[in-house]
Amino acid sequence: MSLLKYAVYRLFTMLVTLWVVSILIFFIINLPPGDYLSNQIAELRATGQESAVEQAEFLRKEYALDRPLWQQYLIWVGFAPGPNGFSGLLQGDFGWSFEFDKPVADIVGDALWLTVLVNLAAVLFVYMVALPLGVLAAAKSKTWVDYTAAFVGYIGLATPNFLLALILFYYGNRYLGLPIGGMMDPQFEGEPMSWEKVKSILIHLIVPTFVIGTSGAAAMMQRLRANLLDELGKPYVETAQAKGLAPAKMLTKYPLRMAFNPFVADIGNLLPAMVSGSVLVSVVLGLQTIGPALLAALKSQDQFLAGFILMFVALLTLIGTMISDLLLVLLDPRIRYGGREA
Amino acid sequence: MSRLPDGRYVDDAPYDPDENINRIERADMDAPNWLLVWRKFKRHKLGLISGIFLLFSYLMLPFAGFIAPYTPTERNADHLYAPPQMVKFFHEGEFVGPFVYPRTAIADLENYRWTYETDMTRPMPLQFFCRGEEYRLAGIFKTERHLFCASEGSTIFLLGSDRLGRDVFSRILYGAQLSLTVGLIGITVSFLLGIGFGSIAGYFGGKIDWVIQRTIEILRSLPELPLWLALSAAVPSNWGPVAVFFIISVILGILDWPGLARAVRAKFLSLREEEYVRAAEMMGASSGRVIRRHLLPNFVSHLIASATLSIPAMILGETALSFLGLGLRAPAVSWGVMLNDAQNLASIEIYPWTAIPMLPIIIVVLAFNFLGDGLRDSLDPYED
Repeated sequence: MSLLKYAVYRLFTMLVTLWVVSILIFFIINLPPGDYLSNQIAELRATGQESAVEQAEFLRKEYALDRPLWQQYLIWVGFAPGPNGFSGLLQGDFGWSFEFDKPVADIVGDALWLTVLVNLAAVLFVYMVALPLGVLAAAKSKTWVDYTAAFVGYIGLATPNFLLALILFYYGNRYLGLPIGGMMDPQFEGEPMSWEKVKSILIHLIVPTFVIGTSGAAAMMQRLRANLLDELGKPYVETAQAKGLAPAKMLTKYPLRMAFNPFVADIGNLLPAMVSGSVLVSVVLGLQTIGPALLAALKSQDQFLAGFILMFVALLTLIGTMISDLLLVLLDPRIRYGGREA
Repeated sequence: MSRLPDGRYVDDAPYDPDENINRIERADMDAPNWLLVWRKFKRHKLGLISGIFLLFSYLMLPFAGFIAPYTPTERNADHLYAPPQMVKFFHEGEFVGPFVYPRTAIADLENYRWTYETDMTRPMPLQFFCRGEEYRLAGIFKTERHLFCASEGSTIFLLGSDRLGRDVFSRILYGAQLSLTVGLIGITVSFLLGIGFGSIAGYFGGKIDWVIQRTIEILRSLPELPLWLALSAAVPSNWGPVAVFFIISVILGILDWPGLARAVRAKFLSLREEEYVRAAEMMGASSGRVIRRHLLPNFVSHLIASATLSIPAMILGETALSFLGLGLRAPAVSWGVMLNDAQNLASIEIYPWTAIPMLPIIIVVLAFNFLGDGLRDSLDPYED
C-alpha cells in the first residue's frame, strides 16, 4: 500500500519538475533575439515582397508571437487560451513548424518511437555488457582480465561518441556488411510494420546501440567493480570462504546482491547521458530520431519544434528516472519511502 | 651509539643543554601534507606520466605558433588534401640530415581527386629557426621565426593537409590553444557556482538548502547535450571568435556545477557541526569567513581531484558542439572545428588523415582521467 503512495508522490514530483523544466526550456528557446517569423518578415521586407509580409504577419498573430513572452509561454503550454482557444502541449497540440511548414506532430511522429527504441536498446546494452564485465573484473581483480576490462573502459570513456560512430560504421560496413546510416532500409520507410521491417530496424540498430552505450557501460562497469570490491573485503566473505563455500556460489549469493543496488539507482545518472549521446549520434549517423530535427530546429530558430523536442527529451529522462526509483524501492525494502530527512 | 662493558647503550653525541626536546626525530615522517601527497602520487606511475604530459601540453600553448611550421589559416593551394609526409634522414644510403622529398600535385580526372607524385631524386633539407608566415608569440610579440619549415619549393605536412591545403599538424597545435583552455574556463565557472551554491546550501540549510537541492535535482535530470545545443544556438552569429569561445566555455560550465555543488553540500553538512566551527562562530566570525577560512580548506584537495575528472567532459563537450557546427566557428581553430571537416565517411575513407585530430582528443581525455585517478588515490596520505 505504501508503495502505491510512494508511486503517487513520485509521479507528483515528476510533474512539478516537468513544469519547471518547461519554463526553463521556453526561456532558453527564446534567448536568441527575434523569432523565426520576424526574421522572415525582415528578410521579405528587404527583398521587397510586401504581399508575403502580410501572410507572415498573419501567422505571427495566429501563433501569438506578437504577445509578451509570459503570455506566449502560457499559450504554448496550454494554461491560457491562444487565438484559437486552448491549444497547447497539454491539449496535445504541439504547435507549428515554420521551417517545414507542417504541424510539429507530423514531423516528429515516428521519430519519437524510434528515439525511445534506440535509447531502450542502449540501456539494455549497457546492462548486458557492464554486469558480466564488472563482476568479472572485480572477481579477478589485479589480473589481466581486470586490466583489459579497465583499458577497454577507459578507451570507451575517452573516445568522443561521434568518432566511435564513424569508425564503427566504416569497419562494420566493410567487414561485417552492416548497413550505413538510417534506421531501416529505404524501401520500408512509411510502410506499415511487418516482420521484414522489424528485422531491418534491428540490424540498423546494432551500431548505434553500441556507440551510445559504450561510455555508459564503461562508467557502469567501473562503479560495479568498485562496489563489489568493497563488498568482497568484508568479514562475512572471509567467513563464507573459510567455511568452504564454492567461490562462484559465494560471489553470487551475497556480495553481488549487495553491489546490485547502485546498479539500479544509477539509471538516473545514466539516462540523461545516454539521451545526450543518442542525439549526437543520431545526427552523425543520420538516424531518423528526433536528434537531427532538434539540431535543424535550433539552427533556424524554429521555436515550437525545438521546444517540443526538448520537452520530449526531458520527459523521457524524467520517466526513466522515476521508474528506476520505483524499481529500487521494490528491490531494496530498506530504502525508505518518501523524501530523505535532511 | 656505543655499547658499554656492562651492556648498556650510550649516545656518543655531545650533550647539548640547549637542545629543543620537542624536535621530532624523523622529520620525514612529519612532512607537510603536500609532501606526503606528492610521495604517494609519485608511486602512481600512470598518473605521474599523464600529469607531466599535460603540464608540457599546457606550457606548449603560448609557443604553438613557434613549433608549428605554418599558421592555421595559411593556404597551400597547390597541395589540397596532401597525405602526410615523412621526414627522412638518409638519401640513397647516405646521411644528409632531416629532409623531405618534394611532391607535385596531379589532378586525377578519372576519380576527380588530387594525387601526389614524390620526386625521390631531390632531397630538400628542413630548415631550422627559419622565416615563415608572421604570427604572434604568446599572443604578444610579432615574429616570423618558426622552429622548422620546409625549404623553398617543398612542403612539410607532417600529418597531411586539409580541404583548403592547410597543414593539419599546425592546426592541431593551434587548435590545442582553444580546445585545452575551454576546459579550464569551464571548470572555473563550474567551481565558482558549485562551491558557492553548495556551501550556501550546506552551511545555512533550511529553505535555501531546499531550493538549491531541487534546482540541482532538476538540472541533473536533464540531458546535457540538447541543453548545450539550445544554449549555443542562442549565441548571436555576429560575435567574434573570442567572444564565442568564451561564451561556449561558460555554457559548458553552467551545466556542470550541480554535481560539484552536491558534493560540497554533503561535506558542509557534516563539517558544520565540528567544534572548531562552533568556536569560530562564537568568536564572532562572519559566515563568509567561517566558510572560506575554516571549512573550504578541509576538502579543497578533493575538489581539485574532482575538477581534474570533469575537465575531459568539457573538452569532449566542446568537440561535440563544434563538430555539430554550434560551437566554435570557422575562423577559430579547435579540434572539434577541424573534425567538422571529417564529418562524412567518404572523406575519411579517401583522406584518413583529416580525422587525425581525434587522436589528441583521446590522449588528452585519457591523461586527465589518469591524472584525476592518481590525485584522488593519493590525497589521503595517511590511508593505505
